[in-house]
Amino acid sequence: MTNNLKLLSGNESIALGAYHAGVRVAAAYPGTPSTEILESLARFDDVYTEWSTNEKVAMEVVTGAAYCGVRAMASMKHVGLNVASDAFMAVALTGVIGGMVVISADDPGIHSSQNEQDNRYYARLAKVPMLEPADSQEAYDLMACAFDMSEKFDTPVLIRTTTRISHSKSVVNVNGKRELPDRQPRFQYNARKYVMLPAYALPRHAVIEERFARLQEYVETFPFNQITWGKYNLGIVSSGVAYQYAREIFPDASFLKLTMTWPLPCDIIRQFAAKVRQLIVIEELDPFLQENIQAMGLKVRGKEFIPRVGELNPRIIEEGSRQAGLLPKTASRTVQPAPGLPHRPPLLCPGCPHTGMFFTLSTAGQRYKLDGARGESEKEPKIIMAGDIGCYTLGVFPPLNVMDTEGCMGSGISQAQGMKRAGVKNKVVAIIGDSTFMHAGIPGLINAVYNESPITIIILDNGTTAMTGGQEHPGTGISLRGMQTQQVALENVARGIGVKHIQVIDAFDLKALQAGLKDSLDRLEVSVIIVRGPCAVRVRRRANPRAVNAEKCNQCGLCLRLGCPAIQSIDGHLSIDKVLCIGDACALCEHLCPRKAIAP
Amino acid sequence: MKKMDLMITGVGGQGVVLASDIIGESALSAGYDVKKTDTIGMAQRGGSVVSHLRIAAKVWSPLVKEGEADLLLGFEKLEAARWSPFLRPGGVAIVNNYEQPPLSVSLGKERYPGQKEITDILSKFTDRIYIIDATRRAQELGNIRTVNMFLLGCVSVFVPLKVSLWKDGISQRLPADLRKINLTAFDLGRKEIKNVNIR
Repeated sequence: MTNNLKLLSGNESIALGAYHAGVRVAAAYPGTPSTEILESLARFDDVYTEWSTNEKVAMEVVTGAAYCGVRAMASMKHVGLNVASDAFMAVALTGVIGGMVVISADDPGIHSSQNEQDNRYYARLAKVPMLEPADSQEAYDLMACAFDMSEKFDTPVLIRTTTRISHSKSVVNVNGKRELPDRQPRFQYNARKYVMLPAYALPRHAVIEERFARLQEYVETFPFNQITWGKYNLGIVSSGVAYQYAREIFPDASFLKLTMTWPLPCDIIRQFAAKVRQLIVIEELDPFLQENIQAMGLKVRGKEFIPRVGELNPRIIEEGSRQAGLLPKTASRTVQPAPGLPHRPPLLCPGCPHTGMFFTLSTAGQRYKLDGARGESEKEPKIIMAGDIGCYTLGVFPPLNVMDTEGCMGSGISQAQGMKRAGVKNKVVAIIGDSTFMHAGIPGLINAVYNESPITIIILDNGTTAMTGGQEHPGTGISLRGMQTQQVALENVARGIGVKHIQVIDAFDLKALQAGLKDSLDRLEVSVIIVRGPCAVRVRRRANPRAVNAEKCNQCGLCLRLGCPAIQSIDGHLSIDKVLCIGDACALCEHLCPRKAIAP
Repeated sequence: MKKMDLMITGVGGQGVVLASDIIGESALSAGYDVKKTDTIGMAQRGGSVVSHLRIAAKVWSPLVKEGEADLLLGFEKLEAARWSPFLRPGGVAIVNNYEQPPLSVSLGKERYPGQKEITDILSKFTDRIYIIDATRRAQELGNIRTVNMFLLGCVSVFVPLKVSLWKDGISQRLPADLRKINLTAFDLGRKEIKNVNIR
């Protein structure tokens, strides 16, 4: 049977599990660590998959499908569920007909996010069931189970993963095949279920309270919650990847592994607690399990010695447990960290189309004088740059230092307006990427036009959703499956909203960028600059890498201020790494060099 | 083998994840339990990248515990040094003799450690250090991107899995036109490490 065993990531397993469970409609907006779920699912022909413009839209598309009786799935990163929360709460109240599963991929440790919020609270808020896989096999197996549960209890089901589950690969026995229910899609008129005006919504609240009571009974029989008896002096309640770490650190303890983590199986927890001398919870982020178990009146420890901040790993659990007296103090040797090595943070790629505009902003705003390394400065910036979420957020680092705020998707355009209304004398610029603009920037732009806010909005159009690995969006005119579709052009959107001053500038034309920025900053009305150039990751033709002519170069270092990783200073001599340089497709450094020391 | 914990490190874009995938698939074919976890997403953009790979009869945690890696493969010297505390005493360090200075070094804000400093850091954790000219060898072979398969060849000497499994893994993961040169790189890597002295 070995040929059924596959090494799959959690995300691939979710996609395959959903496919085998008969999912018909799936929608998402890309977001690390959730992106590969929909990408994997899109490889199958007989599922409708789409990149939606944002997570709220994805949730609603999927809700509509589930209302018509087909199995449907929305997947997103943890903060995506914030965007979609209005729609999520709505469908939690109405319930569904076809099975509906919502994946929230959380990011403890903030590998690629703006926070590490714990989305388990959403299950409690919405009163819906929540499942948490602990490896890829469970991620695969839980999908059929989640769709069945959704239909049986008339509720969306939340599946919560974390980065370490979504992006780890482990062995999966792929034992299913696609099974489709034989019912046809059909919308059954039922206004009291689907129209949530006050007269119908209040009775629905009673319905979901009753549903929750039934779920509380059901969870006591849920087969993936498992007790493994070891020694009775220590009982550990855990879930997700934290369970795997804990098994390794405590090979002899008794374990209650929770896979359905909302509602909690109170009877099972009580039975487990009654048999062990001390009860602890090992969980990542907030004390979600711990506080709920404490609310049952049980004595339990956990966050007293397991940190709330950051991602867990076996070593952290071992250290904490040692301090809590759960492990002998002397067992393992201390590991010295490698001292004082230079850091290597993520950077804009060589040939990144954001570089030219960022250099222009950095120069115009004299940003190189700011002390970006520490993230704070005594100096007041000449131009305030309200930022947004994408690769371009990396412009915050030296030498560019061109990002003053970054909070959530689409926030920069609206924050810029508030800054101007606060009465600051500085020029205020909002910087946003093409995909983020489509996601959440458009209402902010409408607001700027309607309320006549004199700000400059720079849309960095690299023709892709770059930070998550290069996904299509409405502005590219290509669908998730790579088919030509109706393109929503940025300039048409801006024009349609009523922006009078719109410039489209080549991302690699420094002179045009400088002139365009000046023109826009001098205006007393909303203006939009679209900076257009392809994402460097997608540039296939990498001809004629640039090189530094050592005779002409006087080591002035101006080229280094582009922040291009291909331009290196080794022992005080400037050079360009010819493997990293993308050559003719960029050539910004060649145009910048005052001594013409850079050439192919 | 009872268990094998590997750390594969490098800079985003060097092919760390592919190399780790191929080892993992080969171990699965040999009947082992395998778990692995990679840096994906934002941090890949030219940043420090690491892949944890664990092979045993039964694996719980996908993360290797500090001080327990049996083998550390560094695609880049600084990154090898950075992750060296994960090595167990007597573990094998295979380090590509290649520098990619971070931007902070080019900007003069930080200093790239010298060859001796790198080996000194590694020596705190193990005395089995192999410095390999893999990037140069890949260039000589005519395709610098074969560097990861060359290094995979070096690693294969220390992992008790049949050579045919590695080669099947490489063939499955690479497009047809790149198979031959990468398999050659793999063989050259196997040969090279047998001729390189421990530092």
